[in-house]
Amino acid sequence: MTTQLPPGIQLENIDDRIMTLNVGPQHPGSGHMRLIIKVDGDYIVSCDPDPGYVHRGEEKMAEYRNYIQNIPHLERPVIHDSSNILYPYCLAVEELLGIEVPERAKYIRVIAAELNRCIYILYWLAIYGIFLGHSTMFMWPAGDRELFIDLLEAMSGARVTHAYLVPGGVRNDLPANFEERCLRQVDYFEKRLKEYQAVFYKNPILISRTEGTGILSRTDAIRLGTTGSVLRASGVNFDIRKKEPYDVYENLDFEPVVMKEGDSYARSYVPYLEMFESCRIIRDAIRKMPKSGSVRTKLKPNPKGGNDEVYKRVESGRGALGYYIVSNNRPEPYRVKISVGSFRNLICMPYLLKGELLGNMPAVYWSLNYWPVEADR
Amino acid sequence: MSSENEKDGQPSGTAESSEDVKSLSKDEAKKFYEEKGIDFSPDAPVKPKPIPQFEKSISDKIASKFSSKVTVDYVRNGRIRVSTKKEDILDVAHFIRDELGYDHAESVSGVDYPDSKEIEVVYHLGSYTDEKLANQVLTLATRVPREEIPTPGKDSSRMTSLREVFYSVEFHERECFEMFGVYFEGHPDNRRLLLPEDWADIPPFRKDFKIKGR
Repeated sequence: MTTQLPPGIQLENIDDRIMTLNVGPQHPGSGHMRLIIKVDGDYIVSCDPDPGYVHRGEEKMAEYRNYIQNIPHLERPVIHDSSNILYPYCLAVEELLGIEVPERAKYIRVIAAELNRCIYILYWLAIYGIFLGHSTMFMWPAGDRELFIDLLEAMSGARVTHAYLVPGGVRNDLPANFEERCLRQVDYFEKRLKEYQAVFYKNPILISRTEGTGILSRTDAIRLGTTGSVLRASGVNFDIRKKEPYDVYENLDFEPVVMKEGDSYARSYVPYLEMFESCRIIRDAIRKMPKSGSVRTKLKPNPKGGNDEVYKRVESGRGALGYYIVSNNRPEPYRVKISVGSFRNLICMPYLLKGELLGNMPAVYWSLNYWPVEADR
Repeated sequence: MSSENEKDGQPSGTAESSEDVKSLSKDEAKKFYEEKGIDFSPDAPVKPKPIPQFEKSISDKIASKFSSKVTVDYVRNGRIRVSTKKEDILDVAHFIRDELGYDHAESVSGVDYPDSKEIEVVYHLGSYTDEKLANQVLTLATRVPREEIPTPGKDSSRMTSLREVFYSVEFHERECFEMFGVYFEGHPDNRRLLLPEDWADIPPFRKDFKIKGR
């Protein structure tokens, strides 16, 4: 073959012994992404992640819309965690435009972000359960998720893509009696969470498939620049809510969850324990929240950022989520870069899957708390 | 991006005064907004902020080591921005990792500046191991030449990869290569990442790539 290939394309050598498998991009076992896996018998020899199946160019789209028009489409990469993906955008735009946020709005934002974190983790847990063949673990989180979706619907009016956080505060105030309703549901949810432990996390089948598989050491976790639950499951105590507190997180009482093992079991257990911490934060935030007051600082029509740049980050359900916004004195941002946890954890896949059994692929892959649509943006 | 006569500014410096609202004259607009109770002061107020001490000590270390090779663009709370020439970036990166304790890259972004014929590559670096640096993000920026007609991988838009210094840039640099056409020398795996394999257009995040219908 002598024809010139376009850049970025290579020809494969074919081996008798090694077989290449395409897992995805339309296979439910991988979400909307492709894993090019080479197997020798039942063992994975190499794994090459190929994201991009649902790349929509959110960053490019943001350059054509002004700061307010950007709100609804920027939450699309991860609709289950839409408060957390809008959070750093709001923080960044507020710093660019020099807006102060009312105190009550800061607490409402934290409550919305923590509710959304629980919704995301429950959805992820449901998928993790079903891919390990545990149907109960699909049904239970999917059902309990509705509790929090109802709460967010009461707050914002929409079930999933609510665009509730806006630069300057939140879109509208809480409905009447929200606090009692929220506390009641959080109490019920904590009771339910304890039952997950007995049915899933102490299940010998789960333990046999996840314990000791896909071990990521502390050194490697730091070197590869992983983030979120993957990093904390490898023994690094790093949570942006503690290390660089934004809004009112410094006033609230919680402890980041850290485990030392670094295997798939620890990576699946850390998000579960984080839901307890989220419940703690919600309770504390409701107690400390000012009972009345403004929830939104009005922006001027078509505001312009100066000749400036800003980088803001928050802790989302999948790890650090940063927005880098360059502004050139126009109503539209000059460049928006979204640095997402899923994309940063992508680099683990070739390392963790090498040498694993093919049957353990879903257990390792989904333990990375990876959301393909977010990684593609 | 419809920036016909906008000056292509460095993302630093002071904000310029805001333009008039197009459809109304300045006085009319002022009256209109005042009636509605909306403040008509400039959009991004420039508040002089005190320079934080700890951040200043880090930027001073870089500045004293490399003197004229680096420019410290700003020092703010938790954020430092340093820019350098692309020939020196590897030395600066080694210094930042070994002497200052930054150990991973959070993101690598390209920013296209067609007017000055340059593409800026921006590394956001953080630290997990050093407790004092946990709330710091160091921005390391450099500029590479920009070709009018890009041929990714073959033209002068290229720079040294930082993968041997910060291993975590691997996928970020691959993304930057396909989206801006900046080739990273020394990167072992300069393949496509997000774009489809049969993509035959210019790198899509350059400013001259227009979204259809806009």
